Parts: sequence; structure tokens; C-alpha cells
Amino acid sequence: MDLRFTPEEQAFREEVRAFIRENLPADTRDRMKLGHPPRKEDTVRWQRILNAKGWAAYSWPKEWGGPGWSAIQRMIFLEENLMAPAPEMLSFNITMLGPVLIQFGTDAQKQRFLPRAANLDDWWCQGFSEPGAGSDLASLKTAAKLNGDHYIVNGQKIWTSTAHNADWCFLLVRTDPNARKRQEGISFLLVDMKTPGITVRPIISIDGSHHLNEVFFDDVKVPVEMRIHAENKGWDVAKYLLGNERTGIARLGKSRERVNAALSMAHEVNMNGRPLIQDQTFRQRVAQLQVDMKALEITQYRVVSAYDKAKGAGKPDPLSSVLKVKGTELLQATTELAVDVSGPMATPIWAQELEALNEPDDMLEASSAGTSSYLMLRAASIYGGTNEIQKNILTKAVLGL
Amino acid sequence: MDFEPSEDQRLLVESVTRMLGDQYSFAQRKTYMTMPEGYSTAVWSQFAELGLLGLPFAEEYGGFGGGAQEVMLVMQAFGRVLVLEPYFPTVVLAGTAIRLAGSAEQRQALLPAIAEGSLKMAFAHGERQARYDLTDVVTTAKRNGSGWLLDGSKTVVSHGEAADKIIVSARTAGDRYDEDGITLFLVDAKAAGLSRRGYQSRDDSRAADIALSNVSVSDADVLGAVGKGLPIIRSVVEAGIAATAAETVGAMEAMNEMTLEYSKTRVQFGQPIGSYQVVQHRMADMFMAQEQGRSMAMLATMSVDNPDAAQRERDIAMAKVGVGQAGRYVSQSAVQMHGGIGMTEEYAVGHYFRRCMVIERLFGDPAYYLQKLSTTIE
Repeated sequence: MDLRFTPEEQAFREEVRAFIRENLPADTRDRMKLGHPPRKEDTVRWQRILNAKGWAAYSWPKEWGGPGWSAIQRMIFLEENLMAPAPEMLSFNITMLGPVLIQFGTDAQKQRFLPRAANLDDWWCQGFSEPGAGSDLASLKTAAKLNGDHYIVNGQKIWTSTAHNADWCFLLVRTDPNARKRQEGISFLLVDMKTPGITVRPIISIDGSHHLNEVFFDDVKVPVEMRIHAENKGWDVAKYLLGNERTGIARLGKSRERVNAALSMAHEVNMNGRPLIQDQTFRQRVAQLQVDMKALEITQYRVVSAYDKAKGAGKPDPLSSVLKVKGTELLQATTELAVDVSGPMATPIWAQELEALNEPDDMLEASSAGTSSYLMLRAASIYGGTNEIQKNILTKAVLGL
Repeated sequence: MDFEPSEDQRLLVESVTRMLGDQYSFAQRKTYMTMPEGYSTAVWSQFAELGLLGLPFAEEYGGFGGGAQEVMLVMQAFGRVLVLEPYFPTVVLAGTAIRLAGSAEQRQALLPAIAEGSLKMAFAHGERQARYDLTDVVTTAKRNGSGWLLDGSKTVVSHGEAADKIIVSARTAGDRYDEDGITLFLVDAKAAGLSRRGYQSRDDSRAADIALSNVSVSDADVLGAVGKGLPIIRSVVEAGIAATAAETVGAMEAMNEMTLEYSKTRVQFGQPIGSYQVVQHRMADMFMAQEQGRSMAMLATMSVDNPDAAQRERDIAMAKVGVGQAGRYVSQSAVQMHGGIGMTEEYAVGHYFRRCMVIERLFGDPAYYLQKLSTTIE
């Protein structure tokens, strides 16, 4: 047992940090430092810079344009990227579609889609949830009927993040409505978002942003060669996608970055005539968050190091669910801290005020962006399997109930 | 980074677990509690035979040459069965003090005796007024010819009654709260002027108050340098925190296993209570607390030897908070999930609850260390 990073791992961290420092576009970094989410162009530009370096597809094998890193290296890379703060790789491309194609795709599918996914030439979105199929995903109804050399897709998806930016969608559809078990009648399709019959409608979320969508499919033709894996075997693909190694799931770097932002603002605002940073209650709250972040950090090291030891061959580690639950609780607690530091300044949206200013007002902007981030991250314990579902997973996997 | 135990460490855990499996059922433990010493001297001898009493000592002192990790693994196994024997004060606390600060003669005289099981020790630092403040020492040691005279009193000394020798801290210079001027002394438990009043602790073990009235010790009994005891005390406390963090992890494992088993057999409303989601999710939370606590216990263990003092103190303080909170959550939940039976003296879970409560207060509780950590925020 050894908790320290090896000199090689330490050197790797330095290399990543230096590359990000030298190559992250300044306008992206400055916006994100104020707490803004990356714009589409920030994400595309940064992922292409990283792809040119061979790092964007960080979890893929070398053969398909990945760097061939160990899980510990991947964790270090993601941590440094979040701490910078830099845009995250588009997870639909890198952690979802990519591994699925590598595992289940035909050569033609791999060659056509993997390089473009790595370089973000195609922006992918995920068509899983439906109005009647959230946590109970297997109850999905969107239907695909085989008609010669293509499927005809009809139905509706919802909560489809960034569908309005997307070029392509990976989609779960029902191909056998009479299957013995409902999981056995599902297939996994790749759909060009420009196909006639697809309508994307925005859903504005409580942070005021357009991130989520409804997607309607009305007699949409999907060529049969766009199916991944066998017909009616899509549930296996979805399970693989969701249970795939989740090094980055805790997003600890983001929580750290939020605490740092709150600390620096706490020097600027007052509490009873003294800087908030001197307030004992505030300091203890930060100390508790630091303790919780440290525990999660070590748990993450344990998961990652066990993954490397098993050479990635083991079944999904139930500790991944601990990372998801505790990681999202911390994301929510740390963004909540940042909002509390802003005080009354956290309440206005300030958008027009900021636009009318001749000089930037970082305090105003950070307050507004911090609140957006707090509101948006209420979703963290809902997406990717709600935290209640994670506890169901633990009940099965660990408790055996 | 590597979290897997080595082959030797695995074998160590196996042999300790096997021995405890034979010797430490909850029923056997109850009989040990009623013995005059409050524990089993026969089990103590078995610890010696297995090499556990010399675990962290160098081989030249009859030891096993292990480190903090080996101690962690053994303490975790001890936590699973709530070992009553004075391993912690003798091997971990006193052992660390002697190992780090003892002269060659002192080590030679004491460590082999501990390792073979013939010497039990206690670490008497805490005083009634000090609460958790390590510098709050008012017991005095005054020069008396070529030796010293000790006066004062120590409280809640774990296994103070059973100890053959006691390490006592006393002020040789300076005022209450001064970092300098605290000295450690090796005092024979039978020394004239030393009296002990033993009592039962909530965790089923024995503790004692120790009164010192003109207790005479020689220069050869000074452990470490005169006036420079505090850094040794801090190291002892750090080793103690790491060891009891591991013990808490073992106790949490046992409580979670007990709770799971109970949830499968206890039937209410026609079904085992483990089939109800509200119970399942509580147990999932208990598992998460256990694993976060385990991570923190590992952090404490791997920090004990970190030469970067600021980092070490910080990591150990964090671990103390995290493990303490986890232990409190799991033990409170375990009693709750058991319902009425969890409230009884007859059933095991309450005993684990009380051991966790005692450990949480040892050398400072989570609130104390959170306050310490909060002073370093910038």
C-alpha cells in the first residue's frame, strides 16, 4: 500500500498542467473562472486542441486515437482540466459513444465515427430518457420498425442535453414490443439529427439556460447499418455504456474549483464589518467541505487504482456509485457555498446590467454565474442514474438484497 | 499509488482473523469482561505468540518489523470483534513513544518485554482540566538531587490499572499551555506515591485515574530530552488516531454486517425488513459512510510517517473528523435499524456503538479537529 503518487505520476501531472496553462485560450479560461459554463465554441475549440495533442479521447486505446493512459493518469488529467478551469470533453462523444463503438461497433462504424467523435467534428447527444421512462429506462416506448434496409422511428425523447447543438444522436428504441422481458426488445441506433422528421424543442431549465430539449421522431428513416450490436440487444449496449469505467464521475476538480472561488470572494465581502473569510462559522463550513472532498479523493484513488490492477477487466466497481452520490452531493454543497458567499448579490440575473457596463465587474458576473451553476447542478443528483437509483444499485451489488 | 495489501500483509490478516475467530465470539468476549483484569490474559499470550505485541518494533527488539500499515490491518481486525486487551495503550501508544524517543537502553529494556507479553504499559498524558489540549499540562516534575519528583494527576488513562509501567507527562519548566517544558517519564506502576483508581469505561474496557504524590524517578527514566516531550506526545497521538481510525473501520464493518443479517431475518408486515426500500437506502448510506471512513483511515495510516509536518497534521486532522463522523453515523444507524433489540446490553450492536463513541472522543472529537482545520483556511 502506498498513498503517494509515484515520481512518474507527479511528472505527468506537471506535464498536463503546463500544457493546459500554455494552450487553454484565455477568453475561455477567464469566462470559466467567473463560473460560466463553457460555450459550444469553447468546448469544440478546446477538445480539438487536446485532440491534436492526442489527449481528447483520454479513455480510448491508442489504436483508436486515445493516449493509452492508465486510470490514474486519466484521473489526473481530468482533475487538472477541471481545476484550470477548462471545458470538459464532450462526454457523449468520449465516455459514452466512443467506448460503445470500440466494444460493439463494426469496423465501418468505428472508422466512420470514432475519429470525428474525438475531434468533435460530430457533436453527439444521448436519446435515452422519455416522458414515461426516466429512472425506469427499460419502459421506453419510442418504436423502430424494420422496413427493408432501414428502420422507421416514431416517438419522443426528453431531457436530451445539447440536442440543439448535436449533429448525431445515439438512441434507444423498442424493436420488439412483444419481447418476453421488456429489456429484450430494445435496440441501439445512431441517428443523423438532420434526418427529416426530427423536431427539437427547447426546455429552459431553472438556471435560465437552454441545455435540455425534447426530441420528437416522426417517421424518421434510419439505415439498418446504423444499428450498434444485434437487434434487440440494445439493453446490453446501454448497460455497458452506463456501467463503463467512470473515473471522472465524482468531478472533484469542479467542487475544488468552486470552493476556491468561494474563498476568494469571501475576502471581498463582509460579515458584520469584517471580511467573511474571518468568520468562524464560514471557516468551519469550508473545513467540513475540505474533509468531505478529501475522503472522496481517497475513495476515487481506491477505485482507480483497483481498476488499473484488474487491468480494466473486472465488473463495474460498486464504489462507482459511492463516487456518484458523494461527488454530486459535494458539487451541490460547494456551489451552494458560492451562492451563500454572494449573499444578496446572488439573486439578480444581472444580464442586461453586465452588458451595459463599459468596464467588467467581476464580482457582479461571478455572483450571477455562481447562482446559475448552483441552480444547474441540482440536476447532478438526477442525471446519470439518480442518487436514489445509485442506492438501489448499492443495495443489490453490495448488500445482495 | 497502491491500496492492495502485500502478500505478507494478507497472511498477517489471515492469521489474526483466524485466531480471533476461535477466541473472540461475542459470548467469549462477555466472559473476558468479567475476568479480574477486564480482559483475557490467555488471549494476550496468544497475541504474543502470533507476534502481534512486537508488530511495529524492529527485529533486534524481538519485533516483527512492521509499520503503520500492519498496525492498521491488525486494529481493523480488532475493531471487528471489539478486542478488550490493552494492545492499544501498550503497543501503539507506549510502543510508539519508546520506539521514537527511547534511548538504546530503554528500548532494549522495554520493547522485547512488550513483544513477549510480559510488560503492559499505559500512556498517562490527559488531565482533567485539559479536555483535548495537548499542551495543558499542570502535573509537575521538580528536580530532586539527581532525579525528579512527580506531583499531579492524570485522568481516563486507558488500561491504567493493568499497566506495569506508565509513561507520564509532566511539566519540568514553563507554564500551563507552554509547548516547551513538558517531559515524559517512565514510571513504575508500583512506585511509592503513585495511586490508581480504576473504573469501567463505557466501551467495556477499564480506565483509571492516576494520582502522583512525590513520586521519585531517576534521570534514566526520562524518555526523550528534558522539556521536549510535546513533539513525542504529538507523534504518539497521531499513531493513536491512525490505529483507532482503523479500529473504527473494523467496527463499522461488523455493524453493517450485523444490520444486513438482521434485515434479512426480522419479519414485519409479513416481509423481511430488508425488503423495504427505506431500510435498504439507510443501509446503502451506512455502506457509503463505511467506505468514506475507510478511505480516511488509510489516509491517517499513510500520513503517520509523512515528514512534511504541516501536511501530516492536516491529513490526520481530516481523517480524525471523517472517521469520527462516519463511526457516529454508522453506529447510530445500526442501533436504529435493529430497533428495540439494538437497545439491549445483551445484543452486540450497542457495544460497538459505545466503542465508537469512546474512540471518537480519544485525543479530540470531530468538532475539535474541525476547529483546528478551520484556522488554516486562507
